[in-house]
Amino acid sequence: MKTTTCYMCACRCGIRVHLRDGEIRYIDGNPAHPVNNGVICAKGSSGIMKQHSPARLTQPLLRKPGSERGAAEFEAITWERAFELLTERLAKIRATDPKKFALFTGRDQMQALTGLFARQFGTPNYAAHGGFCSVNMAAGMIYTMGGSFWEFGGPDLDSAKLFVMIGTAEDHHSNPLKIAISKFKRAGGRFISINPIRTGYSAIADEWIPIRPGTDGALLLALIHELVAADLIDHEFVARYTNGGFLVDMDPASARYGLPVLDESSPRQNDMFPQNHLWWDASRGSEVPNYAPGARAEIRGEFTLRDGKPVKPAYELLVEHVREFTPEWAAEITGISAEVIRRLAREMGTTARDQAFELPIRWTDSWGVEHESVTGRPVAFHAMRGLAAHSNGFHSVRSLAILMSLLGTIDRPGGFRHKAPYPRAIPPSAKPPNNPDAVQPNKPLASTPLGWPASPDDLFIHEDGTPVRIDKAFSWEYPIAVHGLMHTVITNAWRGDPYRLDTLMIFMANMAWNSTMNTGEVRRMLNDRGDDGEYRIPFIVVCDAFQSEMTAFADLVLPDTTYLERHDVMSVLDRPISEFDGPTDSVRIPVVPPKGECRPFQEVIVELASRLKLPAFTNADGSRRFRDYPDFVVNWETSPGSGVGFLTGWRGADGSLSMKGPANPRQWEMYAANNCVHHTKLEPELQYMRNWNGGYMRWAVDMGQRKFGNPLVIQIYSEVMQEFRLAAQGRRPGRRPPGHLRERIERYFTPLPFYYPPLESQVVDAKEFPLTAVTQRPMAMYHSWDSQNAWLRQIHGHNYLFVNPGTAGAAGIVDGGWMWIESPWGQVRCMARYSEAVEPGTVWTWNAIGKAPGAWRLAPDADESRLGFLLNHLITDELPARGPAGPAGSSTAARISNSDPITGQAGWYDVRVRIRAAKPDEEAKTLPEFGTMPAVPGTQKRTPTWLAYFVGEGKA
Amino acid sequence: MRPAWSVVFLTTLIGAAQGLFLAVYAGAVHADARFAVAGAVVAVVLAALGLLASFFHLGRPERAWRSAAMWRTSWLSREVIALPAFMALAAAYAAAMHWDSGAAIAIGAVACVAAAVLFVCTANIYACIRFLQEWASGFTLANFVLMGCASGLMLAVPLAAVLAPQLAWTYAFAAVVATLAALAVRAASLARNARIVRKSTIQSAIGIHHPVVEQRSQGFTASAFNTREFFHGVSTDGMQRVRVTFLLLGFVLPVPLVIAGMKAGSVAILCAAVLVQYAGLVAERWFFLAQATHPQNLYYQRKA
Amino acid sequence: MKKQLALVIDLNVCVGCHACVTSCKEWNTSGLAGPLSDYLPYGKEPLGTFLNRVQTFEVGTFPETQTVHFPKSCLHCEDPPCVPVCPTGASYKRPEDGIVLVDYDKCIGCKYCAWACPYGVRELDAQQKVMKKCTLCVDRIYDAKLPESERKPACVLACPTNARLFGDIHDPESEAARAIAERDGYALMPEWETRPANHYLPRRITECDPPGPSSS
Ligand SMILES: Nc1nc2c(c(=O)[nH]1)N[C@H]1C(S)=C(S)[C@@H](COP(=O)(O)OP(=O)(O)OC[C@H]3O[C@@H](n4cnc5c(=O)[nH]c(N)nc54)[C@H](O)[C@@H]3O)O[C@H]1N2
Ligand SMILES: Nc1nc2c(c(=O)[nH]1)N[C@H]1C(S)=C(S)[C@@H](COP(=O)(O)OP(=O)(O)OC[C@H]3O[C@@H](n4cnc5c(=O)[nH]c(N)nc54)[C@H](O)[C@@H]3O)O[C@H]1N2
Ligand code: SF4
Ligand code: SF4
Ligand code: SF4
Ligand code: SF4
Ligand code: SF4
Ligand SMILES: [Mo]
Repeated sequence: MKTTTCYMCACRCGIRVHLRDGEIRYIDGNPAHPVNNGVICAKGSSGIMKQHSPARLTQPLLRKPGSERGAAEFEAITWERAFELLTERLAKIRATDPKKFALFTGRDQMQALTGLFARQFGTPNYAAHGGFCSVNMAAGMIYTMGGSFWEFGGPDLDSAKLFVMIGTAEDHHSNPLKIAISKFKRAGGRFISINPIRTGYSAIADEWIPIRPGTDGALLLALIHELVAADLIDHEFVARYTNGGFLVDMDPASARYGLPVLDESSPRQNDMFPQNHLWWDASRGSEVPNYAPGARAEIRGEFTLRDGKPVKPAYELLVEHVREFTPEWAAEITGISAEVIRRLAREMGTTARDQAFELPIRWTDSWGVEHESVTGRPVAFHAMRGLAAHSNGFHSVRSLAILMSLLGTIDRPGGFRHKAPYPRAIPPSAKPPNNPDAVQPNKPLASTPLGWPASPDDLFIHEDGTPVRIDKAFSWEYPIAVHGLMHTVITNAWRGDPYRLDTLMIFMANMAWNSTMNTGEVRRMLNDRGDDGEYRIPFIVVCDAFQSEMTAFADLVLPDTTYLERHDVMSVLDRPISEFDGPTDSVRIPVVPPKGECRPFQEVIVELASRLKLPAFTNADGSRRFRDYPDFVVNWETSPGSGVGFLTGWRGADGSLSMKGPANPRQWEMYAANNCVHHTKLEPELQYMRNWNGGYMRWAVDMGQRKFGNPLVIQIYSEVMQEFRLAAQGRRPGRRPPGHLRERIERYFTPLPFYYPPLESQVVDAKEFPLTAVTQRPMAMYHSWDSQNAWLRQIHGHNYLFVNPGTAGAAGIVDGGWMWIESPWGQVRCMARYSEAVEPGTVWTWNAIGKAPGAWRLAPDADESRLGFLLNHLITDELPARGPAGPAGSSTAARISNSDPITGQAGWYDVRVRIRAAKPDEEAKTLPEFGTMPAVPGTQKRTPTWLAYFVGEGKA
Repeated sequence: MRPAWSVVFLTTLIGAAQGLFLAVYAGAVHADARFAVAGAVVAVVLAALGLLASFFHLGRPERAWRSAAMWRTSWLSREVIALPAFMALAAAYAAAMHWDSGAAIAIGAVACVAAAVLFVCTANIYACIRFLQEWASGFTLANFVLMGCASGLMLAVPLAAVLAPQLAWTYAFAAVVATLAALAVRAASLARNARIVRKSTIQSAIGIHHPVVEQRSQGFTASAFNTREFFHGVSTDGMQRVRVTFLLLGFVLPVPLVIAGMKAGSVAILCAAVLVQYAGLVAERWFFLAQATHPQNLYYQRKA
Repeated sequence: MKKQLALVIDLNVCVGCHACVTSCKEWNTSGLAGPLSDYLPYGKEPLGTFLNRVQTFEVGTFPETQTVHFPKSCLHCEDPPCVPVCPTGASYKRPEDGIVLVDYDKCIGCKYCAWACPYGVRELDAQQKVMKKCTLCVDRIYDAKLPESERKPACVLACPTNARLFGDIHDPESEAARAIAERDGYALMPEWETRPANHYLPRRITECDPPGPSSS
């Protein structure tokens, strides 16, 4: 038996792999692991079948000369040849124009390494999948309260009494959330789910509140309206821990109009995060420096500063802002009755107020005030892509963060709890490069390619305002695209807008299928040639473990190992598996040898970086610095002597140090001996209220987890948004958006969140396309990659479109019958399944079940490609732009990405559709149809007729 | 249920064998021994064919010998004993008649008992499954007996026409009576089955007593034993056609045919009557098996 | 009273994740019941043997809909109709703990026991042609090589919501028996008097307190 970390999904449970005669007998959950406490999910239990999949790639492959991309005709080559090819090509790019190399990664969890590689290479064109995943969730919350759901924090269900889940089907925290919800329910907690669909978690909710997709913003604003009206907010909390008491400049003539006034008589303390705001102190009847000893911020009213400046507390602005967002207003939009909205608000408010409790934990806040206890407000929330994956998601998410803050539930027991390295600054201090000169031949970037813009000064644009990055992240189009926009890369590179690439490297993302919008068109672009007869995207490298749809379009395929065959790190520098009570990281350690010639991508990166002599991977004498990836993990530090590296456990020569310390050559062994996980439990007084917990902040700075120790005051009123708005309005010195984007920036960058219909709804006639189509994650399937899994594909081998019987009946569609679903952008023939558990204006299907014929080594007539379908064919990647036309003479004027105008989050769940029955004489087969992908060299020659997996001789 | 052809042939063939033997034994005293010998031999051959067919039903036919073990509880086990016993006794009777043994009558009587027991065993294999409500009734035994006798008698007619002409009309008359009786009983059982009130409902299947319960997903989209073995996959129309077919071929057409055969003195027409009826009974048995609605099907209604 | 081991499935917390489905397959395919074959595993429409399935039902009409995830494996009936019909004795109920098992060396694959089970939980292995069904992981629960805490069925250990309780339902002190008693545990298709040992715990709704108007 060996322990390692599962990677049948991103949840990262601890597993035990039981071997018999060297073969995997079974895999179960590791009871000693903090993530899953011994449980395991459907995917995790099917890991054996991933290992034995006939679709495993086992050799590097080079596209056959003369063959077309997409035809999947390859010849096997050696790794040496692959490295030579890559090194030569990449060295040339690096020496000329490094941004012509783009590295985009999908479902991986090694962005600390891939990001470092890109930065060292000197290309800004790097991002992971976050932009099309859930960046709204991350950005919306981090820009408000310094943390988020997802891998960054979550609901404290051990102490909650009321749990409200919004738009979540399965999420990353798969097993732990299930463990927690079950315990919560058994303890008598009340669980409400807000979701157009009732499946999975929502199924066991005590109350299901169906909502029209894309309208949560309205609901949340109405809830805030109600809480404010019924005075069910936590005044203490709002006044002290949020910027609700900060006095906002109301002088329309001021360059800082709408920004909190900075008190020039007090020290700024931190130039990046000035601390010198003002409060209004009622007892004194005047402004005071915020957090002045003994002062109490007034959060309501309208005041005039001594110098005559009119000001209002930020909370007052919020109150005024939400006045019009009545439950009746929201009922129209969301389809939820005003009565229910009122009741919901009351329930949240009274539970937070009346069931509050104190934990006898003494702690000292960032301003030196000691508190006898930590207050618990037992109302917890969780939300995911149902909120995020809309082009209006940023504001919805911010509304939620504000609602949670008004209830006083942030980093408190029973509410929301952070996970290290969160909370981070609002926004975090890492910034992307902010001018094109940052990209220089043969030079690393001075900063990480991805960061957290705080104002237009942090945008990564040319003088004329045009984007520097291929995906246009951090440009005026998507100013705070903190995770990049992977979903725009292929289209932009194909169009040469803003420029052409030379080499596009894709790791662990099926961009020719399920992670792409407008799939059919994107496949065409991947294979398209320019007037010169050359491919528009000259060279595509794909690192995958299986014969996915994407591999067909590669020029070079790099066969990766599986999770059971490689070293891997879930690092605090990236997305660790931290618990509420302290930083936790974990590793994977190979359990079985790699299949064939498979090589971990980690090793490929280290090897390439060494061959390219990237500084961080090279000694002063030009020799190679790291033997391999495990060596890199042990010895690399954030800066020389920092003692902070990828892993926090067993540092120091003898392994006695945690969090930081010199390298320990035996670090891997120590992880291996300790369930592959390291957990640092914080003292109780450091576990709560961390945004403003002086002790915690000191500890975090000491441990290299944070740069600054300043308190992280919740921005219910967003300064960052206002900075951009001021720029659009021309009130702010410095950068201004180009003319065609001014209105857009001014409209969407509001310091307080508002509701607007998703961009697609703004351009599509709702009468013609009356329904919204969404997908959900099935719990027993991970995106596209489990179709090669012989067990899981039997559970989800093809999919249906779930339609409310009323809606289906009206369209003449019968249960189980063939039908068409049409959006303005495409149409798909599929089968219908009636369901009473879906809101009548929504249709939905399981995500990524349909497959291209022959991909994943499935029979060409497999259910997946004959009966199953992909909703992505209906989802457009670009929308006709509204408002004034684009920059004069630009061909891109009329198009804008189908993404959130703030973060660039892909608007997956905005697609408007209509449905009709298929004609009786139509073939019982899905459309559109694609050519069959042949088996590529290195995958199993023939797929078996029988699989009868049995390990070892003995019975039992 | 999905009817297995092996079971269809097993039950129809041995039914005919039993019926034939009973018919021949009843008439043997009034005829030449050759008639009794031939009749018994044909019965044994039919039963052997049935037995052979039954092997195709088994996943592991090489272990068939084990199936006699549980005669105390299992009607199937009992059938497995009763069938060879009947065959052996019928064969012994044939031998005794051939060699004119004095024990022939006694052996034949025991063989008749064996045939009767076999009817009970075979019928009870189906009738004892109480939740297969179409099967769980006295009709099952009555049908098996009457159809076995009708087809046996029908077969006895051409046999008699050749070997014991003096009995031919009697057999023909008996065959007509038995066929019509079988028709009456089968019609009654069809009428009963049409009115069955299912004891199991989707509500009792999952224990949730709400008027509206529907399966959304059976839990997998692939194929499975439970979605194959218990569903015949034939449309309502198709089933109706099978019903009309078996009623016509099995119970109606044979009557004019056998009378016409006797009138015309044509063994060929008499044989045709046998074949037509047998075809009808095959269809009937297929229908009998198919029509049973298994409560397990409540759990396997929809993929999603 | 004699021991009767069983599963008690809590529909109040089951989220339909299928962990119990594949963990069962994984444990059993290399265990006593294995291999559990899959025909055309990568073909047009695969056909595999599973000892446990998780189904979904919808109760009521929109918007008052309940979605119920419903795991189902052999219920280890106390009066199992599948056992007496088996001609070979391959199907049997163990007197010592009430587990209903199939002896794969005796089974002739006649399927009669599957006909005689109202619950559709027996599956004839398409390759080995013998009847398979839930063994209650009899090759785990008594395995002295496993730590005490792991002598439980694979599906029980896997289940992330702990919706599967395992124990002796005749022992009133067991977690399983207590859950049945306290949570109105019920049996499936009581009309056939099979007395299933496995029980199901119904949904429980925690109402808004004080209760407000119901959702629209
Ligand atoms: N319609 C619709 N589309 C969506 C979504 C949606 O909700 N609806 N969701 C979006 C979201 S949030 C995401 S994150 C994306 C996910 O979409 P992708 O990022 O494309 O993720 P996957 O389909 O899981 O697989 C990516 C690739 O990783 C490969 N892979 C698996 N294991 C390994 C390994 O160990 N090493 C390597 N190198 N490769 C491996 C697989 O073979 C596969 O080709 O889909 C997006 N697309
Ligand atoms: N088993 C499994 N687990 C996974 C994955 C997987 O593929 N399989 N993928 C992983 C990945 S990459 C991600 S990003 C996460 C995503 O985790 P989730 O966000 O939980 O996954 P989605 O399937 O996108 O679920 C979105 C939910 O929001 C609902 N919804 C859609 N629109 C709206 C809306 O406007 N309002 C509200 N209130 N609800 C709405 C949908 O009905 C659905 O229930 O899951 C991760 N976990
Ligand atoms: S939730 Fe994800 S990481 Fe955990 S066991 Fe399942 S597949 Fe593995
Ligand atoms: S593992 Fe548990 S929660 Fe998941 S389907 Fe099975 S019983 Fe339900
Ligand atoms: S559930 Fe079916 S197989 Fe299991 S004991 Fe009961 S009748 Fe037999
Ligand atoms: S299939 Fe096997 S276990 Fe079932 S009745 Fe036949 S012999 Fe017995
Ligand atoms: S008890 Fe064992 S055999 Fe039965 S369903 Fe659970 S895992 Fe499968
Ligand atoms: Mo994602």
